[in-house]
Amino acid sequence: MSDLRDLYQEVILEHSKAPRNYREMQSANHKAEGYNPLCGDHFTVFLDIEEGAIRDISFQGSGCAISKASASMMTQSLKGKSTAEADELFAKFHALVTSGSGKQEEMGKLAVFAGVSEFPVRVKCATLAWHTLRAALQGKQDAISTE
Amino acid sequence: MSTSAKAHAETVSGTLTEPEKSRVSAIFDVEAIRREFPVLHQKVHGKPLIYFDNAATSQKPKVVVDAIVNYYHQDNSNIHRGVHQLSERATEAYEKVRGQIQHFLNAASPNEIVFVRGTTEAINLVAQTYGRQHVGEGDEVVISALEHHSNIVPWQMLCDEKRATLRVVPMNDRGELLLEEYEKLLGPKTKFVALAHLANALGTINPVREMIRMAHKHNIPVLLDGAQAAPRLKVDVQDLDCDFYAISSHKLYGPTGIGVLYGKAKLLESMTPYQGGGDMIASVTFEKTLYNRIPYKFEAGTPDIAGVIGFGAAIEYVQQLGLDKIERHERNLLEYATKKLESIPGVHVVGTAKEKAGVLSFVMDGIHPHDIGTILDHEGIAIRTGHHCAQPVMQRLGIPATARASFGLYNTRAEVDALAAGVQKVKEVLG
Repeated sequence: MSDLRDLYQEVILEHSKAPRNYREMQSANHKAEGYNPLCGDHFTVFLDIEEGAIRDISFQGSGCAISKASASMMTQSLKGKSTAEADELFAKFHALVTSGSGKQEEMGKLAVFAGVSEFPVRVKCATLAWHTLRAALQGKQDAISTE
Repeated sequence: MSTSAKAHAETVSGTLTEPEKSRVSAIFDVEAIRREFPVLHQKVHGKPLIYFDNAATSQKPKVVVDAIVNYYHQDNSNIHRGVHQLSERATEAYEKVRGQIQHFLNAASPNEIVFVRGTTEAINLVAQTYGRQHVGEGDEVVISALEHHSNIVPWQMLCDEKRATLRVVPMNDRGELLLEEYEKLLGPKTKFVALAHLANALGTINPVREMIRMAHKHNIPVLLDGAQAAPRLKVDVQDLDCDFYAISSHKLYGPTGIGVLYGKAKLLESMTPYQGGGDMIASVTFEKTLYNRIPYKFEAGTPDIAGVIGFGAAIEYVQQLGLDKIERHERNLLEYATKKLESIPGVHVVGTAKEKAGVLSFVMDGIHPHDIGTILDHEGIAIRTGHHCAQPVMQRLGIPATARASFGLYNTRAEVDALAAGVQKVKEVLG
């Protein structure tokens, strides 16, 4: 039986209550909006990218504890990384939350999201900010949706 | 079970006048009722299932499932065409249900009962036939701020096609429609009014009788979305004087995939067919097709015969229990649950209309409804979280979503107690 504490880890609850990098970024040169139409979650991800490196990253919006903590921790782990590294981490994160697979030691703090794989309906919550990030990196203008 | 049986058994004083042939008469014996619903007797995450998602779909009593199985085992055949015994039996069973639903809604004639896939298809049928015939450029269609997407999008599609305008009756913060604003919207441009009888997201019972009267003063026909009302309130389409009424079987303890459009005969007769095919015709040549009479004109193709028969069993079941008793039982539960949840600090009931039924939407300070839903699920409690297919309602109230507990005839006060304890648990885990 899946345990609630696997999903709602302390780190996740803490980030959902006090999200990091939670602000609009005036100087953003990339940004995208993401929706989960089924539950009404809605985030904007802001990026300041220079020469393929993420100089700054922030987000704003509303969502459940999982989606908000995921967005918060995503911004922490990507600041200073290259866009190629961001793509790589997205793939690893996706594998982690969908199948619980992947090398958790390579995930750093993001490994706390492994418990999401036990809750299939919550995978979309955990990945919403990441999908939005991808849209921002690819310069998509339309808001992306999990559906 | 025996100790909890006593706790579960509830007496609801009902009208004693009608001697019921069913096992349930004056006593609304919830524990006996629960035995009729096999799905309720299971554990979810190690806890007894508590099903509070009845506004999404209701569970089915054994008699409904048995009726479907028996039909397939004994009578399966196509209707309205065979001369053989099985086809006669299937046709008779199918048409018997039309009569049952006529009585259930108190329609004037069985010809006013059209079988469709559900409320959504019923509304689309009216929008695509009556709507396309009567709504033109510059005209207006009026709906309300409380509608389910199924009573918004079909009218939006119609208005887009015809360059007509969709007007919306506003509501107050309690979730009640503003009748003075509604009156202002009605005028010579208004060609149709479509309203929820009972709002799915907030549980508001709209004053539809009054609203229909107001529309009729301007000779505007009115459709009621009865998906949530039909399982919870006694519906009398002649007393309401509505022109169309749409219901779904699956919210009424029947199978999915079947529903009914009620329409006044003279309106149905004036309408073009919705779909072409078999059964809806009187005669076909390559030059010209003569359409069948109502209601068959709107029932193209082989219908969901087993679904209709299952729906008939559900209607019979509900009528034997008595809708007045079901209504009273659910009203008691709603009042009890409202008090219980309101007494928990940080919990806020959304939708506080004076007239409400069956639905309790709520939010919690600092906790997203999605997280409420996941934690309650771990307590074995099934609720709905999200926008409930009523995004404009959420936008109007300035919230992204709600948690919604919705009650059925088999729910108990003990289950409401468990819900309140579950909400406390949510606070412990996420607070």
